Amino acid sequence: MPEKVLMKGNEAIAEAALRAGCRHYFGYPITPQTELTAYMAKKLPKMEGGVFLQAESEISAINMVYGVAGTGKRVMTSSSSPGISLKQEGISYIAGADLPAVIVNVQRGGPGLGGIQPSQSDYFQATKGGGHGDYHLIVLTPSSVQEMADLTSLAFDLADKYRCPAMLLADGTMGQMMEPVALPEEKESGIEKPWAVTGTQMKREHNIINSLYLSPEVLEKTNFERFERYAEIEKNEVRYESYMMDDADYALVAFGIAARVAKNAITAMRKEGLKVGLIRPITIWPFPKKAIREAADKVKGFVSVELSMGQMIEDVKLAEECLRPVVLCNRAGGMIPSVDQIIKVTKELAEGGKN
Amino acid sequence: MKRMTLFCGHYGSGKTNLAVNYALYLRRKNLPVSLADIDIVNPYFRSKDSKDLLEKEGVKVIALPFANSSVDLPALPSETYALVEDKSRYAVLDIGGDDRGAYALGRFVPYILEENDYDMFYVVNFYRPLTTTVDEAIEVMREIEGACGLKFTGIINNSNLGQETTVEKIQATYERAQKLSETTFLPLVYTAAEESIATEDMVPLKLQRRPFEI
Repeated sequence: MPEKVLMKGNEAIAEAALRAGCRHYFGYPITPQTELTAYMAKKLPKMEGGVFLQAESEISAINMVYGVAGTGKRVMTSSSSPGISLKQEGISYIAGADLPAVIVNVQRGGPGLGGIQPSQSDYFQATKGGGHGDYHLIVLTPSSVQEMADLTSLAFDLADKYRCPAMLLADGTMGQMMEPVALPEEKESGIEKPWAVTGTQMKREHNIINSLYLSPEVLEKTNFERFERYAEIEKNEVRYESYMMDDADYALVAFGIAARVAKNAITAMRKEGLKVGLIRPITIWPFPKKAIREAADKVKGFVSVELSMGQMIEDVKLAEECLRPVVLCNRAGGMIPSVDQIIKVTKELAEGGKN
Repeated sequence: MKRMTLFCGHYGSGKTNLAVNYALYLRRKNLPVSLADIDIVNPYFRSKDSKDLLEKEGVKVIALPFANSSVDLPALPSETYALVEDKSRYAVLDIGGDDRGAYALGRFVPYILEENDYDMFYVVNFYRPLTTTVDEAIEVMREIEGACGLKFTGIINNSNLGQETTVEKIQATYERAQKLSETTFLPLVYTAAEESIATEDMVPLKLQRRPFEI
């Protein structure tokens, strides 16, 4: 095992991206993810083939990502909530052109300019579209600085494998907190990209990167084919952590920082004899529907713990098919649910007080 | 002990914890102390987090009213000048990380040089990814000196792995700290460690509290 280092979550993402072979980064600074941009600015210019560019805007940065993605090189951009909104058009184009790219959102409170404290209120944006048209992103949600590194690495692999953009959806706490990390090993993509625009050398037909299909028949066919790939992703790439679910009477569902608070609440509640477990989605698209549905056969109810006004709760409800009550335990605007709040909401559910 | 003590270093090397602990140390000697949070880079984890504790112990805290208010504004309070002008008080300065943080110091440098009663300590954590080697640590050191126009006078080894810090992990950095000291001709002032694990050859630190356990 490599020697651990002490890193901020934002730095861990940057270093993991470099070790995954990413040599192209385009971004624009915004709190609370700026350390990621700063790290790339420091390291990439010294690396062979490394390009760091602080674009004049987020819109510009995402279109640079679109360009590099078309050449098959590993490429990344990062921002925080308002900046990710600006990137949505470009993300839709990247998805529409079937290109791999990694987009990082270290979320802050919103809507609008909001604040600079942590949030999970871009869940809908990340999982339900964000940009226009029928498309999905693979969305990974880290819950520790170690996972900031590991899931960044995974995001590049999945993006390449399925030719679609992948998003790392973190929050301000994850970006700012420092924890020891064992960094992933250096690696290459290892995936052939015969579609990439790399120059024909007069030896093959031109590759064309495009998302414009004026024939509705062809556009429809392209959409259906893309959704076959999405079905493969839903079949193969669902990731979640099941924590103390074996004997649980109630299930908390939480990701990111909320999952860490939830674990502390579970420890406290189990001391009092209330058997509570946690399902922690690591991918929120694809969402761990099966795990939630299976849990619904065993538990008496679900608590969705979120740093938003309640977004993931809709997916929890869809997945458990109205079998059990699902209640929300939330804070918003940069606030974080406390252990006490989670205990209170779970106990109310256990006492049958709310649905 | 110089009248002014400046803590500079790489992001996340522990400058704020060292500055807060040093200010409290001076107070325990009954000396008049001001601590200034002049980090214009990072809106989180600042010495203002310890404002209540510091003020209770009699340390005058100079920080922007915006600090920690989520207003992400790179500005300094006008009373920062009192640090250089009021020579009756000891001054502890918590500077922002890297060269970018050190730029903010520049405007005070002519006063600091004129008075010439200061220490500027380079805080290094060899477990931070951009300062894991002696060469990298020197690179960051030179960038900071270039940005603020002031030379370091000593080194503090604050190597740690957060909650996974052990005495052995700290001792494993002694050789690098020594080499850094020899290469730069700067004294290794001390090695710091969180108070529960600090051995006799280390300076024990009380760390700023996390708002909650996670």
